[in-house]
Amino acid sequence: MHVYILRRLVLMVPVLFGLTVIVFLIMSLIPGDPALAILGSYATPENVAKLRADLGLDKSLISQYWIWLTHMLHGDFGRSYSLNRPVLDEILERFGATLILAGTSLVLCTILGLLTGVVSAVRQYGWADKTLTFVVLIGISVPSFWLGLMMMLLFAVNLRWLPVSGMYAIYGGGDLPDLLRHLVMPSITLAVVATGVIARLTRSNMLEVLRQDYIRTARAKGLDERRVIYRHAFKAALVNVIPVIGVQAGFVLGGAVYIETVFQWPGIGRMLVTAIATRDILLVQGGVVIVAASYVLFNLFADVLQHLIDPRVKA
Amino acid sequence: MKSLFKGALIAAALTVSAFSAGQAEAQTPPGVLLVGQIAEPKSLDPAADTAVNDFRILVNMYDGLVRYKDGTLEVEPDLATSWTISDDGKVYTFKLRDGVTFHDGTPFNAEAVKYNFDRMLDEKHPEHDTGPFPLAFFFSTVDKIDVLDDLTVKFTLKEPYAPFLSNLAYPTGLIVSPAAVQKYGKDFGRHPVGTGPFKFEEWDSNAKVVVSRNDDYWDGAPKLDAVVFRPITDANTRVAELMAGGIDLMVEVPPDSLTNLAGDDNFQVYQQAGPHLWFLILNMKEGPFKDKRVRQAVNYAINKKALVDNVLQGTAEVAAGPTPPAFAWAYDKSLDPYPYDVEKAKQLIRDAGATGKEVTFYVTEGGSGMLDPIPMGAAIQADLAKVGLKVKIETYEWNTFLGKVNPGLAGKADMAEMAWMTNDPDTLPYLALRTDAWPDKGGFNSGYYSNPKVDELLEKARTSTDQNERAKLYREMQQIVHDDAPWAFIANWKQNAVSSSAVKGFKLQPSFFLLLKDVSKD
Repeated sequence: MHVYILRRLVLMVPVLFGLTVIVFLIMSLIPGDPALAILGSYATPENVAKLRADLGLDKSLISQYWIWLTHMLHGDFGRSYSLNRPVLDEILERFGATLILAGTSLVLCTILGLLTGVVSAVRQYGWADKTLTFVVLIGISVPSFWLGLMMMLLFAVNLRWLPVSGMYAIYGGGDLPDLLRHLVMPSITLAVVATGVIARLTRSNMLEVLRQDYIRTARAKGLDERRVIYRHAFKAALVNVIPVIGVQAGFVLGGAVYIETVFQWPGIGRMLVTAIATRDILLVQGGVVIVAASYVLFNLFADVLQHLIDPRVKA
Repeated sequence: MKSLFKGALIAAALTVSAFSAGQAEAQTPPGVLLVGQIAEPKSLDPAADTAVNDFRILVNMYDGLVRYKDGTLEVEPDLATSWTISDDGKVYTFKLRDGVTFHDGTPFNAEAVKYNFDRMLDEKHPEHDTGPFPLAFFFSTVDKIDVLDDLTVKFTLKEPYAPFLSNLAYPTGLIVSPAAVQKYGKDFGRHPVGTGPFKFEEWDSNAKVVVSRNDDYWDGAPKLDAVVFRPITDANTRVAELMAGGIDLMVEVPPDSLTNLAGDDNFQVYQQAGPHLWFLILNMKEGPFKDKRVRQAVNYAINKKALVDNVLQGTAEVAAGPTPPAFAWAYDKSLDPYPYDVEKAKQLIRDAGATGKEVTFYVTEGGSGMLDPIPMGAAIQADLAKVGLKVKIETYEWNTFLGKVNPGLAGKADMAEMAWMTNDPDTLPYLALRTDAWPDKGGFNSGYYSNPKVDELLEKARTSTDQNERAKLYREMQQIVHDDAPWAFIANWKQNAVSSSAVKGFKLQPSFFLLLKDVSKD
């Protein structure tokens, strides 16, 4: 097991390295550069050339990448052109916010998705199953930014129960209840699609397991129905659902891009969108490395978990 | 099973009610104005900033040597109380205001002024590395700065340059505290110190910038206790925040929301035309637009009124020529926009033998001052189809678009959307209409317009120090350019803002800066 984890961690290095090369290449291939973005209307060739030299963009692509890589390995992610501050400061601040949002959403979608899936499967074709399947279908189909805006209009603007946007209140905020109030709408919006996916998958896996012989045997033994469902069926179904939750973590991180924009959540998704628009290569590189690393780590965690639950899965 | 499900439901209901118990958002203290900004500022160092979004904060914390007179784009004294200009237009001597101190307590004087411009312009200056200073070229004609005495400073220019004073009124010319720059170095932009009506309190990244009243402000302390600038990038979210009371004032309101908010007594809508021009660059080097008649036909064929009223929903006015009316002193009022005349356009195109010709049209997806470029491009395409021009649209993201348009349209396209916002009537025509401003010579004349008379007028206007003389030259230039039609003149954008009705004394400025000194909140 330890060897397995270690091997996966070592494999992460070439993945991340390849990723930085790809991101760097893409950022260099798309037209426009930071100097152009900063100068906007005033981007005369002369001004652009001067600013490019000031920003160190006049060096060759390979030496730019080499400088970035060697600095990064020393923990220096460089300085953002568009924000005029160290990339690492910005990323750490932003990543914390994204972790809170994405983490909450992931917990929400896991709990709600599993619960809905199990209920649906156990009450197959009953009213609960039909209602839940319908709700899940809507959840998967509705564009999440639209849902976010609608929730905002209802709960923040009309009912005034919840704050419209941001992570903390501008005045008198900063504590946990304040954070939770700001989390409600974005985390639910972000969790909706993933909840639907997990619910559907749990339902089909549960249905499959419930048809297995050993479940019939368990029931025939006269085992309590609750025990049959949770101890026998659910655990077996969970084994197949866990890797999907790992994948959903990726979707939640990706979805955070829209949701963070709609709710002004100061996370890394919104930062990346702005950074790409302003061609802030260093900020994009740093952000992508962190997001990718966390995604890989989370999937590793999901695989290990699956292994622990299911002895059939070999490391 | 059932009980578990029920339990979850009850827990969820309890949580929501706990969060929403009582009030949703803590009330903003009275005397504090919350402003919705369109983005996080890049820096609060005026020498390093290029975006209007950042300028809106800067102008409240800093003063320049001169500033724009309320409601105009004409300069008036600010930290300089008076100035003289030598007859050859090359030496500007400023008398400085006595007794002004920076927010950090250090005195404002001639040394501080010299320090500010040396930092931007002199590569050997010890704090030049606090840049880069992308707009330093605003002052590239400055040769040297001499401190004559504590309150007198002399700027010597390499050549006469009439826009010098209005460039000083631009945020790039705002004066920062030298002591603070030395103290914070590269991080000065996050610890700004100026002489303005508000002083910096805190910058909470991606959440807010807070400034508080400077009680010792030389021009009278502001009425507000503090201002909080909140970056809210999504326009719909900004409107929702305004409606929910999360902000008191917002700029760049989407046209749809503006119409709704205008009918609501709880809000007040402000509009102000600015020094902005939205136009089409026409490629005069090759293709149908080589012929003046076809260029004029395009100007006749586009229904500008419909664009402004329907696509832009009244957030802009129809443009008549290359100079926006916001430059009141230099604008030629006798100039009328090309009327919408389909028959005349058809006739001109027929005469030029261009009927049925295909033209390539560069359209951008967005970008600074571009308003609603995709629907506008589509409407223009339809208008030109009516007069016999087949328009093929190519759409690009803003930075890509600039990368294609700025090097010139030759060999690629026949027309392109463009918009400019400037602070002096010199800037746009000088950078985009002169023969010496063709892309290969480092300018923005991407359609290759060339008229020796216009070149001469613009050079003359730039070196004259007499405003009336300059105005005359600019008016003559506008007449010629209007007739030559190197561009299709479409719209002048009106800046808008909406505040809650509790906000009093707010006014938009043609400069698009957001001056909050005289604003109060009930």
